[in-house]
Amino acid sequence: MQSYLDFEKPVAELEGKIAELKSLAQTDDAVSISDEVLRLQQRADDALKDIYRKLTPWQKTQVARHPQRPHFSDYCKAMVTEWTPLAGDRKFAEDPAIQAGFGRIDGRPVAILGQEKGNDTESRLKHNFGMARPEGYRKAVRLMEMADRFGLPVVSFVDTAGAYPGIGAEERGQAEAIARSTEKCLELGVPNIALVIGEGGSGGAIAIATANRVLMLEHAIYSVISPEPGAAILFRDAGRAQDMAAAQKITAQDLLSMGIIDAIIEEPIGGAHRKPDVVIAEAKKQIVDFVDNFGDGYGPLEIREHRREKFLAMGTALT
Amino acid sequence: MNWIDNVVRPKIRSFLNRREVEENLWVKCPESGEMVFYRDLEANQWVVPNSGYHMKIKAKDRLANFFDDGHYDTIALPAVPQDPLKFRDVKRYTDRLKENRTKTGMEDCVIVATGKLYDRPVTVAVQDFDFLGGSLGMAAGSAIVKGLETAVERKEPFVMFVASGGARMQEGILSLMQMPRTTVAVQRLKEAGLPYIVVITNPTTGGVTASYAMLGDIQIAEPGATIGFAGARVIEQTIREKLPKGFQTSEYLRDHGMVDMVVHRHNLRATIGSLVGILTKAAANDDIPASAPSRSLTMREVAVAAEGDGEDDLAADAPVAAHAE
Repeated sequence: MQSYLDFEKPVAELEGKIAELKSLAQTDDAVSISDEVLRLQQRADDALKDIYRKLTPWQKTQVARHPQRPHFSDYCKAMVTEWTPLAGDRKFAEDPAIQAGFGRIDGRPVAILGQEKGNDTESRLKHNFGMARPEGYRKAVRLMEMADRFGLPVVSFVDTAGAYPGIGAEERGQAEAIARSTEKCLELGVPNIALVIGEGGSGGAIAIATANRVLMLEHAIYSVISPEPGAAILFRDAGRAQDMAAAQKITAQDLLSMGIIDAIIEEPIGGAHRKPDVVIAEAKKQIVDFVDNFGDGYGPLEIREHRREKFLAMGTALT
Repeated sequence: MNWIDNVVRPKIRSFLNRREVEENLWVKCPESGEMVFYRDLEANQWVVPNSGYHMKIKAKDRLANFFDDGHYDTIALPAVPQDPLKFRDVKRYTDRLKENRTKTGMEDCVIVATGKLYDRPVTVAVQDFDFLGGSLGMAAGSAIVKGLETAVERKEPFVMFVASGGARMQEGILSLMQMPRTTVAVQRLKEAGLPYIVVITNPTTGGVTASYAMLGDIQIAEPGATIGFAGARVIEQTIREKLPKGFQTSEYLRDHGMVDMVVHRHNLRATIGSLVGILTKAAANDDIPASAPSRSLTMREVAVAAEGDGEDDLAADAPVAAHAE
C-alpha cells in the first residue's frame, strides 16, 4: 500500500483511479481498460515527475522522513553478505538505534555503522526511532577502533533526527559520547565513507558522518537543527518550519554547492521509496568504488590527513 | 556658592555619564536576589560575594584576571565568510552581527590570547556568551582552531574557557561543521604532547559540548553552571517528566563523572597553574600553594583571600573524594 505525502495528492488521485479500474476489470471480463490505464499511468507519471523536479526544502524533508523510505536495515539486507552485527558498548548497554558490525559488500570486508529508524511500531520502539543514546556512539567508537586495527574501511549509513534527548542520556554523557565518536572518525587510519540516506540530524549525525567521502541521497536532508525546533527558536514559531527549512539550506544540492558533501546519489522519480532496489544498487556501486579506489597508495597517515584537511577547509572559501 | 560649579557641571556630567551608569550600578544576584554594587562585583571577578553565585564575566575581564599581572597579547584571528547562507529569520543575520559587535565591542564571540600563568607561557581562548549567545559559527570555530594552532606553534598548553548556547543556527550546516573542525585542531594539540584544559562556564550547551568542550585532558567547571547537550525544555517535552533537581549543573556533571572538578573562579589560576606545571614537567613554582586547604571557606573568606589558595568546589560542600567511591 503506497502512502502519499500531502503534495503528492494529484498523483494519489490518478493512481487511485487506476487501481479502481484494475479491480473493475478483474470482476468484469467484458470491460477493456488497458488503454485507459495506460493513459492514466502516463498522466500519473508526468505529475510525479513534475512534482519531484521542483521539490521545496520542506517537501524534501517530508520525503526524507517518508515512512516507506528504505532504512539502514533495507540497505544492509540488500547489499551486505555475512552481516555480523555486534552489541553493546562494554560500559553500560546495547543501543539498537545504531547498528554496528562487520560484513562484506560485493565480497569486500568492511565495518558498517547504521542508524536505524525502524519501519513499524514495534521496530521503531526497539530502535528508539533512530535516536541514539551515548551507548550507541560508544559502540560506534568500539567498532571504529577494531576497523582501524584490522585495516577495514568503515561505511556509515546516516539516518537520524538527532541524538536522543533524555535524562539518562545526559547523565551518561551524550555530548561526550558524540564528541569522542567524531574524534574517532577523525583519527581513523582506514578510509571511511558516509551516506546520508534520510535525515542527517545535527550532532547525532556528524558523530558517524565525519568521513573521507560523504554522499547524500537526492532528497535527503542534513542540518544543524531540524526545521521545526529551529523555527521555534529563530522564527519564534514552530509552524514556520517551511521557512526554516528553506533558510537553513539543508538539501543535498545546497550542501554539494557549499562543498560539505562530495556527491549526490540520484533517486528514482517519486523518491527512494518507490524503487528501493535502484537506490540501494547505486549506493552499493558508489561504496564499492570508494573501497576499491580511494586514496590509491595512501598510507594510514595520508588517509587521516586527507579527512582532517578536508574538514578544516570546509566553508573557508565561501563568501 | 558658584552656581555653575554646583548645578550646571554636575548636570552636564550626569548627562554625559548617563549611558555608562544606567542600570549597571546595582546588579541583582540571580540566586539570592541580593543587590550588589557593580564595582564590588568587578573587584570580585563577578562572583557575588555573599551567595558565591558566578555571574557571566566579559571575555576581556576573564583574560585580565587569568594571566599574570593581567598582561596578555591577543592573537589576530582569521577572516571568515560573514553570512554565507544570506540568512534571515525575523531579522537579518548581518544585522544581528552588527548589533552584537556594537554591543560587545568584539568581532565575534571568541578571543585568543597568549601570556604567562605563574611565569609559564599558555595560550588561552575565551568564548563570550554576550555575543550572540557565544554561538559556534565559522568565526568562533576558526578562532578556536587558530588558538589551538598557536599553542602548537609556540609549544604551549592551551586553556579553553567555554560559554555557548550551541551552534550558530544562522550559519546552518557550516556551524555543524565546526564540530569536526575544532576537533581536528584539538587532536593536533594532543599529538604535539601539549595539555588541553577546558573550563566550562555558565551556560554551555548543544553542539559545543559535543565537540571541543568535552575533549579536554582535564575538564573543569565553574560552580553552578548549566552544562548539557539537549536543552532542559526539549528533554521535558520528550519524556514528559519533571527533571531531577540540579540536573545539568556543574556539580551534577561532576557527580556523574563528566567533569573532573568544580572550581571556584578565584581558584582557577592556581588550579590550572599547578596542572600546567605538572603536565609540562616544569619546576615547581613557589607562588602556587603546595596543598589545598581541606575545609570549605565561606564566600566572604574566599573573596578576601582572592586568589592562590587552591581551594576548589565551594558551591557544593561535599569533598571531591566522596564521589570517587
